Order: sequence, then structure tokens, then C-alpha cells
Amino acid sequence: MQELTSTRLNPLVDPHLHVWHGEVALYLFLGGIVAGMMVVTGLLTLRKKHEEPSRAMAMLPLAAPILLSLGMFFLFLDLEHKLNALRFYLVFKPLSPMSWGSWILLVVYPVVILQAWTTVPGDVRDAVLRRLGRFAFLAKGSDWALANTRRVALVSMIAGASLGIYTGLLLGTMGARPMWNSAILGPLFLTSGLSTAAAFMLLYRLSDRERSLLGKLDMGLISVELILVSLWMIGLSTGSQISQDGLASIIGGPYTTAFWVLVVALGLITPLFAEWLEIKHGTVPGRSAALMVLAGGLALRWILVYGGQYTGWIESIALR
Amino acid sequence: MSVRYGMAIDTKSCVGCAACVIACKKENNVPNGHSRDWIFTSTIGSYPELSMTIESRRCNHCENAPCVTVCPTGASYVGPGGTILVNPDKCTGCKACIAACPYGARFVDPRTGSIDKCTFCLHRIEDGLSTTACQEICPTSSIFFGDLSDPESEIAQVLAERDNYTLLPEAGTEPRHYFLK
Amino acid sequence: MKRREFIQIGGGVAGAAALGGLTTNWGGLYRNNIPDPGTDGDRVVPTFCELCFWKCGILAHVKNGRVTKIKGNPADPLSRGMLCPRGAGGTGLLYDPDRLKQPLVRVNRNSGTDFEAVSWDTALDEVAERFQRVSEQWGAPALALFSHGYGGNWMKHLFKAYGSPNIAAPSYAQCRGPREVGFELTFGSGVGSPEITDMRNSRCLVLIGSHLGENMHNTQVQDFAEAIRNGADVIVVDPRFSVAASKARHWLPIRAGTDMALLLAWMNVIISENLHDAEYIENYSYGFEQLKSHVEAYTPEWAYARTGIEPEKIRITARIMAGARPATLVHPGRHVTWYGNDTQRSRAIAILNGLLGSWGRRGGFYMPQYMDIPSYTYPGYRQHPTATDRPEPSAYPLSDQVLAQGVCDATIPGNLRTESDVKGWMVYGSNLPTTLPDPEKTYRAIQELEFLVTVDVLPAEIAGWSDVVLPEATYLERCDELRAPGYREAFVAVRQEVVPPMYESKPGWWIAKELGNRLGLTDFFPWQDSMEYARMRLEQAGLDCHVLQETGVIRGENGPLYFEDGAPAEFYTDSGKIEFYSQKLASYGFDPMPTYHDGEVAAPPPGYYRLLFGRAPTHTFGRTTNNRLLSEVFDENAVWVNSAVARRWGLADGERVHLQNQDGVRSTFTAPVKVTERIHPEAVYIVHGYGHKAEKLRFARGRGIDDNELITRYKTDPIMGGTGMNVNFVTFVRAVDAPPQVATDGREEVDV
Ligand SMILES: Nc1nc2c(c(=O)[nH]1)N[C@H]1C(S)=C(S)[C@@H](COP(=O)(O)OP(=O)(O)OC[C@H]3O[C@@H](n4cnc5c(=O)[nH]c(N)nc54)[C@H](O)[C@@H]3O)O[C@H]1N2
Ligand SMILES: Nc1nc2c(c(=O)[nH]1)N[C@H]1C(S)=C(S)[C@@H](COP(=O)(O)OP(=O)(O)OC[C@H]3O[C@@H](n4cnc5c(=O)[nH]c(N)nc54)[C@H](O)[C@@H]3O)O[C@H]1N2
Ligand code: SF4
Ligand code: SF4
Ligand code: SF4
Ligand code: SF4
Ligand code: SF4
Ligand SMILES: [Mo]
Repeated sequence: MQELTSTRLNPLVDPHLHVWHGEVALYLFLGGIVAGMMVVTGLLTLRKKHEEPSRAMAMLPLAAPILLSLGMFFLFLDLEHKLNALRFYLVFKPLSPMSWGSWILLVVYPVVILQAWTTVPGDVRDAVLRRLGRFAFLAKGSDWALANTRRVALVSMIAGASLGIYTGLLLGTMGARPMWNSAILGPLFLTSGLSTAAAFMLLYRLSDRERSLLGKLDMGLISVELILVSLWMIGLSTGSQISQDGLASIIGGPYTTAFWVLVVALGLITPLFAEWLEIKHGTVPGRSAALMVLAGGLALRWILVYGGQYTGWIESIALR
Repeated sequence: MSVRYGMAIDTKSCVGCAACVIACKKENNVPNGHSRDWIFTSTIGSYPELSMTIESRRCNHCENAPCVTVCPTGASYVGPGGTILVNPDKCTGCKACIAACPYGARFVDPRTGSIDKCTFCLHRIEDGLSTTACQEICPTSSIFFGDLSDPESEIAQVLAERDNYTLLPEAGTEPRHYFLK
Repeated sequence: MKRREFIQIGGGVAGAAALGGLTTNWGGLYRNNIPDPGTDGDRVVPTFCELCFWKCGILAHVKNGRVTKIKGNPADPLSRGMLCPRGAGGTGLLYDPDRLKQPLVRVNRNSGTDFEAVSWDTALDEVAERFQRVSEQWGAPALALFSHGYGGNWMKHLFKAYGSPNIAAPSYAQCRGPREVGFELTFGSGVGSPEITDMRNSRCLVLIGSHLGENMHNTQVQDFAEAIRNGADVIVVDPRFSVAASKARHWLPIRAGTDMALLLAWMNVIISENLHDAEYIENYSYGFEQLKSHVEAYTPEWAYARTGIEPEKIRITARIMAGARPATLVHPGRHVTWYGNDTQRSRAIAILNGLLGSWGRRGGFYMPQYMDIPSYTYPGYRQHPTATDRPEPSAYPLSDQVLAQGVCDATIPGNLRTESDVKGWMVYGSNLPTTLPDPEKTYRAIQELEFLVTVDVLPAEIAGWSDVVLPEATYLERCDELRAPGYREAFVAVRQEVVPPMYESKPGWWIAKELGNRLGLTDFFPWQDSMEYARMRLEQAGLDCHVLQETGVIRGENGPLYFEDGAPAEFYTDSGKIEFYSQKLASYGFDPMPTYHDGEVAAPPPGYYRLLFGRAPTHTFGRTTNNRLLSEVFDENAVWVNSAVARRWGLADGERVHLQNQDGVRSTFTAPVKVTERIHPEAVYIVHGYGHKAEKLRFARGRGIDDNELITRYKTDPIMGGTGMNVNFVTFVRAVDAPPQVATDGREEVDV
């Protein structure tokens, strides 16, 4: 028997670290959707040959800056010392994912706006320009962007992918948190971002063609995501004792049910099956599957954020 | 070689009284309900064959400090003598460093929102005092502090003489906080 | 990515930080200043601590009128610049928001705790008038004082001047009384406080229960650590794996209550193997031959059946003790009122030390040094009658102080054959409901009182039973009597005001003087204030008060500490020798040599466990459990239960239970179970001082279990009247099977 006592009394640190809460999960979730939308929209722009997008599809990229702002708002909410928020931009720390993240967000912002500008229907653009006509540079910029639509799309795909991967790396590089400490988290969060983005877009009144296209894309993404989740778990469970303990919170630990029900069953397998059924029967994907994917994506972040803080080296070694 | 501050706790004489905790709280104006150092005890065996280790713990001032690496603003930095310090004026309270520290040594000071942790009492050392507050108060004189790279220093000598260990060496953080067996 | 690789990437910290720093140092925004918390005082006042009774020299830092931190005074021989946690946490008392702030008077005795805040004049007039009324009708000895703590000296002076000998404290008959008497009977002197143990030089240290390291008397713990560092063989006898036991080479997990058997067996081994200090015994002792034949029967095998300690272990440890003599210290302990046979057990400890030749020897007991400071000259106290604390003077003939529980007895009519029962109490710095055994008796006595006045700093339980409550200034806000105890170095220390008294609190000296004036004792309080008093005493000793106020401590000349260095080997016993055989005890009909009586200490009944209690390093009894600063480290006691017992009861670690004793008394509150290997399966253990019931102790109230309410029985030491309190047995009552307790928090944001 081993008896342990500690007088440590830092409430956010003990008995289990809980320094990051729902705000961070929401930020990661929204950031993921934005990242995914940037990539998906970029893809659609690049492959667009003959067919005009539906109006909803054309308008959708406008949601990206809004979602991004919302995400950053949540991130800001999480900051304990908000007055110092500008400090993120007084330095670049090449080894800090969080530093990369803050700068990526800074780059992403104008890019999503440009991208939206190039995709929205012409009448919307004209209406905006008319109201802001006195700013001549806007018209100039607009002309430039429209002339470079494909370049903008490419750039936003790259920026989006960086954003998506970063949301995973932020956690994945935390050596101190065995559950997070996996290189797979980057691709996993990117894939999940893409998939939730597709699902988010599916909530709108798109054309049937667009719907089935996104539906197929989403199916593919969910399949990849399932593989990545498995790889992540296999990686941890075949690693050192500490890595194995890292999985404890979702295998037997307090987040077990939530993880397997919300993330795996509801968020991945069920929608995959539903979309497969729909496509097999030739109907276009409905909204319920999309909602499940979104819920699952949020749950993934939520559970990872909390579950990862539940395990740590102190708990897994010193307390064993 | 440049100054490398380190600390060692004599677990043979430390009685776990926590005077070091209270003294640190007052010296460093640590907020209510938080502490920079703490007492950890571990008892193994079964009655009546028992052994107990008592450790006064705090930030390890790691040579490879992940908390500094992850800090996006440079608020966590490597200070004089290799101490790991936090500049509250730069800290955003993003808490990445708390998540990155395998030892749970950091916390948010609720009064400022910035991170707080053991500073090795560098303000005292800069003032020319040779002791940290926890070391000074310790009724069993179980805390050693000084320059590890000076072979003449008491801490270097005691580490050379006695078996010692660091916490979680597997984490690769290279703690400069030792425990004498 | 594997962790190792990741951490290696992280390995370039210094370089990366430098890179970040160099490339982005924009306009000095990157500058890092060493954070200075700024707690150094603009004034640093030396004084001495009163968080417990060791009274270490401290340096109080004051900044903008607030005490920011408390450090040890390196000039003080009791602290040597170091402190225990309580000493460092003194601001938790000074800035306790629950402190008594104004004098209080009970408005209607029948309506419970209804108090009215009054002026000092009103309160003092009331006290003086009630004192006069009692003494006119029943005489001054009908007034009794309970006093624990240094400020109580002023009250003792007041009582002596007024003519009452009834001055008691639970620190005698509930604490170290039996030890003092046992050692006086053997060596002719007690061990005093601070104990004259030369632990720092011991090569072998034997602790009988003394849980040093949890029991945090500062210099003792320093010396203990020093002994460990010097490689002393530590032997700890304790049913609990205490912190001290964890430092020991030999832990003897004795069955509680059987120490006498072990001590006798040790004597048996030492004498039968000829390991004693024959020359020392020849020179200084009386009764060795009797002792020799007395202990013949007490073999280790005999002791094994009683103590549960294997004979071989007893032999080995005895040989280790003898091997290190005379630098072997069998520590006399301090709180020794365990089983009612405590004077005899203390005597056994003393005798063992005598056999090893450690009294007056390096590593054993040193001869104390005193600073000669003449006392203040008064007109002279009145002739005292004998104290009113026992049925007749011949009961407990060898007690040399007043018995605190005896004063309770004397307050309940019909118990005594004396002139008068006790009718009025003053209680200074003692929380009787939680420190006197059989609290129901204490309450009964209080009901009989004509008058009860309490002088305290906190609204403890005793205040709630009082007619008048006088708020004293804390030790950081007052000056007290000089302190010049016998110690290994002669010194005198001063207590002085660090910050002015908060609220309407007043120092004890002022309270005593004001009462003295009202009681016609003005002559006994001729000084303006206590500093003038101190100055007068110092001047008579040729010392400069200003110097003392600057330094906190002045040291004196020291003579030799050990016989080998020329300290006089004088024993103030009847025979002038170390008495292995006590004619005095025999003459009173007691065992002249310690004897083991089977069945004297009852074993726990089935399903019950012996209730043991002790100290937490961060707290002093119940007096600091409301200290929010110290409570950050330890804020509730737990019930230590052996894991096998817990399994039998199905008790889970952390589960809350009540304890219920053999008389059906159930603890008012609950505490979590600590399932542990660290305790004998026949006993449970809790830290004393918890389970406060006083409403106004907003933080402490309702936290943990009060050991004292479960101590409904005690066994009186027939020799000196000490109250053996380890004779109660408890069982567990699950919290779910009992009404829930009212939880209070009180952890509101206050800076302490
Ligand atoms: N059940 C049980 N009873 C015990 C013990 C035990 O372990 N368990 N231990 C025994 C021992 S060893 C001893 S020494 C005694 C101690 O017994 P007590 O001397 O009664 O000790 P405390 O309970 O600490 O009571 C101290 C009171 O003094 C007050 N006080 C603190 N500082 C000051 C001050 O500066 N001025 C004034 N006027 N008041 C102050 C506190 O608020 C508190 O009300 O108890 C004995 N009784
Ligand atoms: N932190 C702190 N330190 C203190 C105090 C405080 O309040 N707080 N109070 C001071 C005072 S006034 C005193 S008197 C001392 C008291 O301190 P001590 O004299 O050290 O001890 P006790 O309280 O009698 O002893 C408690 C220890 O005795 C063990 N014990 C119980 N029964 C038996 C038995 O039958 N046989 C043996 N061998 N051991 C037994 C218990 O398991 C426990 O470890 O502490 C002093 N130091
Ligand atoms: S003050 Fe010293 S003895 Fe007490 S816990 Fe701290 S290191 Fe250990
Ligand atoms: S112990 Fe934690 S806070 Fe301290 S240097 Fe190491 S990683 Fe950083
Ligand atoms: S909380 Fe402060 S110190 Fe920690 S990583 Fe963020 S900015 Fe750096
Ligand atoms: S070195 Fe200073 S800051 Fe660090 S734990 Fe000790 S007292 Fe606190
Ligand atoms: S031992 Fe601790 S509480 Fe007692 S006087 Fe010394 S410092 Fe104060
Ligand atoms: Mo005591």
C-alpha cells in the first residue's frame, strides 16, 4: 500500500489540473470549423468550372470571419490577464504553438475576409462598395482580389490547414499531458475541422449537387477521422506507462461514457452510417447527420481539453 | 561556468512541518488559497514494516523548462542563474505554461491574472541575502540553496557527497531541485 | 511523435528564448525585472512568539503599519533564526477577523450567549465588583485563576496580591506534571520548559510517544534534526508511525498503555548484561541493588506478551542505548498524562536515564544556565492559605502545582472538605471546555459559579460561558513580563508592542493593573506600564533596556553544562543522590520503584478502539484552528484508522464518520477517515484542537472532531493528581447514519 498526502493548495492545479475550460474547447471547435471552411471553400473555388454556386453556398464563407471572431472571443474570455492580450503580438516564439497560433490567427483574419469577398455574389459586393464608395482603396483591393481569386483560394487553404493543424498541435505538444502528447492530434483536429466545416455548411440551403458533394466529402473525412482516432489511441496505449495512463480518463476514467457515446458513436459512426445510407439510397444528406457531426466535433474538443488535464505526470508517476 | 542556482531538500531531516510553506506565503505575498511550495509525503509498506518519504516541493527551475518553451509572450523566461521566472507584465494568463509543467508548480494569481510560482526568492538573492525564505525558516535546516556550478558551494558539496534524486527525470526537464536521500 | 523527441525539441529553451528576445525586443517592452514582492518591513521589531509556549525570538516586519511577515530572530537561542510554521503564521491571529474586539458583558444569564459590548470602565468595574462580592462572602481563595500563556503572569500577580493561591493551568495536571514529579523524585529536579535535554549531542535518542516533528517546539525539532544529521540512533516507541518514527532506525509499535513493561524490560537487559554506567551509579545513585533485583523478573519475553514488541528487538535496542551512553537520551516527553500511572512511567524513564548515566552528561541532560534578573520588589504578597483543589491536602501529596480539574471539583459543592467552594473564576488564555477532561464536569462547575470572567483574544468556547469577556491584545500588540528561562545558554528576552492594539483590545498588564486599582491593590502595580516594569528589573541586573529593545535578546554568562566539564553534580532528593529507590514514594504507600500491574490499563472492549490524540505541526491545540493562514496547510483533523480495521468496518478513505465513546457520547461533528498503515490496529488517532462549537469562531466551527468531548473518563494519577486521558475507547458511526453537521466556511477573503 502506498499512502500519499500533499499540502498543495493551488485550486486550479489540484487535485486535477483544470486550468482550461469550455472556452478553450469552444475556441478549438470554432477554429476548427473556420479552418475547415477555408479549405473546403478553397477547394470548391479551385475546382469550380462551369456551375454557379447556390446563393447559400456563395454567402457561406461570410460566416467564417464571424465564427472566427466568436472563437477568438472565447479565447479572450479564457485569458486571466486580458489587459496583456496584446503581448501575443509583441513577440514571436518559434517553439511555442500558442505563439504560432496567435500569429496564424492574425494572418487568417484578412485571408478569410478576402476569401469571402471573392466568393460572395456580385450584387452583394456591389452593394457594399456602393456604401463604402468613398474609400477608393477598397475598390482597388476588390479588383485585385477578384483578379486573383484562385490565388486567394490557395492562400486560404494553406492558412486554413495551418489553423486546423495548430488547434491540434496546441494540445499535442504538451509533453506534460500524456493524453494530449501525440503528433496525431494535429491531423486529427484538422480532419475533424474539415468534417465539422462540411457539416456546418450542410446546415444551409445548398443545391442538391453541393449537398451530395459535401456529404461524400464528409463521409471520407469521418472515415479518416476514425482511423486517426484509432491511431491516436493505439499510439498511447502502446507507449510508455505514462502514455497508457494518459488514456485512463477515457478508458475507465470519468470521461469514458462521454467519449465513447458522444464522440465515437454519436459524432462519428452514426453520421457515417446515416450519410452512407442516404447516399446509397440516392437521397441527399439531411441535416440530422450534420448536427451529429457538429456535436461530436465539439464533444471531441471538450473531452480532450478536460480529459487531458485529468492526467499528468505527477498523477501518473509520483502518485502511483 | 555561469551561475546555476539549485535547491536540495534533505528528506532525512525534513519533518514536513510546512514552515517553509507559510514562510514563503508571507515573504512572497502569495495569494490566499495558493502556495508556491508544498509538502508531499509518501508512505510505503504495510503495518508495521513502513517507510515514509517527506519532500518539500516547489518549481524545479528546470534546465529544459517546457513552461518557457510554450509561453507565447515570453512572460516565462530564463532569469539570472538559470532561474525560471515569470514577468507578470507580459503574462496574458493563457495558462499554456501550467498545462506544460509536468510538476504542477504554477498557478494563476487571482489578484492579477498572471502566473505565479517559486522564484527561488531571487529578490532576496539579488539583495545580497544568501538564503531563500523557505530555507531561512526551516527549523530542521533541511533546505540547501546555492550555485550548482560552483564546486565550493554548500549545495554542490552536499550533492556530491550524498545520494540524491530529482522528480520525474523521465520527463527530460532536468530539474535543478534535488532531494537528498 | 514520441515524448522523448518532443522534449528534446523543447530542450533548446535557452536558445529559443534568446532568439525570441533578441529579434523582438521592441522599445524595452521585453525588459524583465526581478519580481520583488516588497514584504520587507520599514520597521523590524524584535519580540517573542506566543503561538505556543516555547516563546521563540522573532523579528516582526512592519510596513505601512501592517505586519507583513514574521522571521526568526537569529540572536535568540530558542529560535536561532528559524521558526516553526505557527510562528511564521502569527499574522493569522493578529488579523483574524473573528477576534474579540470589545469588552462584552452577559446581559441575562438565562438567555444564553447574549452579550452586550460595553466600555472598558464598565467591564472592569463589573469584574472588580463581582470579585469583591465573592471575596467578602467567601474569602479571596474562593476565586480561582486558570492561566496559560505568558501574559497570564500579570493575572497571577493580581491573584497573589489579592490573596488567592488557586492558580491553575491545564499545562500541569493535563500535560507535563507527572514528568516533573517523576524526575524530581529521581534526580531532584524536573526537566522544565524548555526541557534541559541535550538532544543535539545525543548519539542515541529514545522517544516514548514524543512525536517530535509534529510536536513542533522549535529548538527541540532543530536539535532532533541535528541528532539525525549526526547519525544518532533514533528509537521511537509509539503505537503510531509518527513522523519521528519515520526517522528512526527502530520503530517499536507498542500496544498503547504498556510502555512501563518495555521500560522495565530495557532495565532488565541493561542490568543483567552489565551494560549500565557502573561508575556513575556508584558515585551518584541510591538503591541500585534494590532496582537490580526488582527488574529481574521483567524479562523481554515477559514484556513481549504485554507490549507486542519482540524480545529480540527489546534486547537489540537496549544494547544500542547502552552502547551510546552516556550520550543516550531517553526523552522524558512532555504531554505525559496518558493512563494515570504516568508519574511512575516518568520515573521509569528517569531511572533508565540514570542507569545510562545521561543526567548531567553531554548528549543527555545538561545543567541549565540562568540569567540573573532580580524580580520587581513589591510590598509582599499576603500569607497564602493552601490551594482549594483537592479533597484534603494529603490527596496527591506530591503535586507541586494546583490541579486544574481539581479547581473544577472544588467548584462543585460537596466535593471538598475545605472552608469554601470556589465561587469565581478568571480564565486567561485557556479554553477549558476543550482542554479539561470530562467536559460535562467543567460545564457543571461553571453552572455553580457566581462569576466567570475570561481574558482571551478569540471568541473561544470558554468566552461563551462567561459573564464578562475581556479582549486581550495579541502578543504582537503588547509588552509582557521579561523572559529569562533556564536553558543551555543564559539569556533574557523582551516582548514588546510591534503594532498598536487593534480594535479596543488591551494588553494583559493594563487589564491587571486596572483591576488592581479597583481592588485596592494599587501598591502592587506601581509601574506606569509594562515597559517601565521591565526597565526597572533590567536596571537592577545592570542591563540596558534600550539595547534589549533593539536586539530582542541579551545573553549572559554561561557556566559548564555537564558534570564532566565541572557542573556541580547536585541532586535535590532526600538522599542527595539519584534515587532508583524512592523512600518518599514508599512512605506515602506508593511503589518505591516502578512496577508493572497487569490490568491496570484496561484493553479496548470489542468493537472499540483506544482514542489517541496529538499535534499537527501547523497548529497549537485549538488556539490556531481558526487561523486562516495556518489552516491553508491543514484545516481539519482526520480519524486515523488502521487499514485492516477499516476493511473490517467497510470504511473508505475520506468517508466521514462520527466517533462515539464507551459512554455513548457521540462527537458533535464528523471527520474524514484516514485509512492508514501508520497506526496500531487497537487504536485510532486524531489531532487535538478541532470540532469547535463556538459560533463566533466562524472558520474553525464545525471542522473535524473534538477529542475532548469524547474524553468523558480519566484516570487520576494517585501520586500527583494528573489526569490520564488515553483511557477512552471509541467506535465509528457513519455520517450517513447520523444527522448531518452544520457546515460553516468562513473562508471569506481576508488577508492574514
Ligand atoms: N483533549 C485534550 N485535552 C488536552 C490536551 C490534548 O491533547 N487533548 N493537551 C493538554 C496539554 S499538553 C496542554 S498544555 C493543555 C493546553 O490547554 P490550554 O492552555 O487551555 O490551551 P488552548 O486550548 O490552546 O487554549 C488557549 C486559549 O488561549 C487563547 N489565547 C491565545 N493567545 C492568547 C493571548 O495572547 N492572550 C490571551 N488572553 N488568550 C490567548 C486562545 O484563544 C484559547 O482560547 O491542554 C491539555 N488538554
Ligand atoms: N505543533 C504543535 N506542537 C506542540 C504543541 C501543539 O499544540 N502543536 N503543544 C506542545 C505541548 S504543550 C505539548 S505538552 C507537547 C505534546 O507533545 P508530546 O509530548 O510529543 O506528545 P503527546 O501529545 O502525549 O503524544 C502524542 C504521541 O504519543 C503517542 N502515544 C499515544 N499513546 C501512547 C502510548 O501509550 N505509548 C506510547 N509510547 N505512545 C503513545 C501518539 O501516537 C502520538 O504520536 O507538544 C508541544 N508541541
Ligand atoms: S520547513 Fe523544513 S522541515 Fe519543515 S517541511 Fe519545510 S523543509 Fe521540511
Ligand atoms: S517545474 Fe514546471 S514551472 Fe518549474 S521550471 Fe519546471 S516546468 Fe517550469
Ligand atoms: S500564462 Fe503567462 S506565463 Fe504562462 S504561457 Fe501564458 S503568457 Fe506565458
Ligand atoms: S525559494 Fe522562495 S519562492 Fe521558492 S518556495 Fe522557497 S520561499 Fe517560496
Ligand atoms: S515553537 Fe513555534 S509557535 Fe512555539 S514559540 Fe516557537 S515559533 Fe512560536
Ligand atoms: Mo502541554
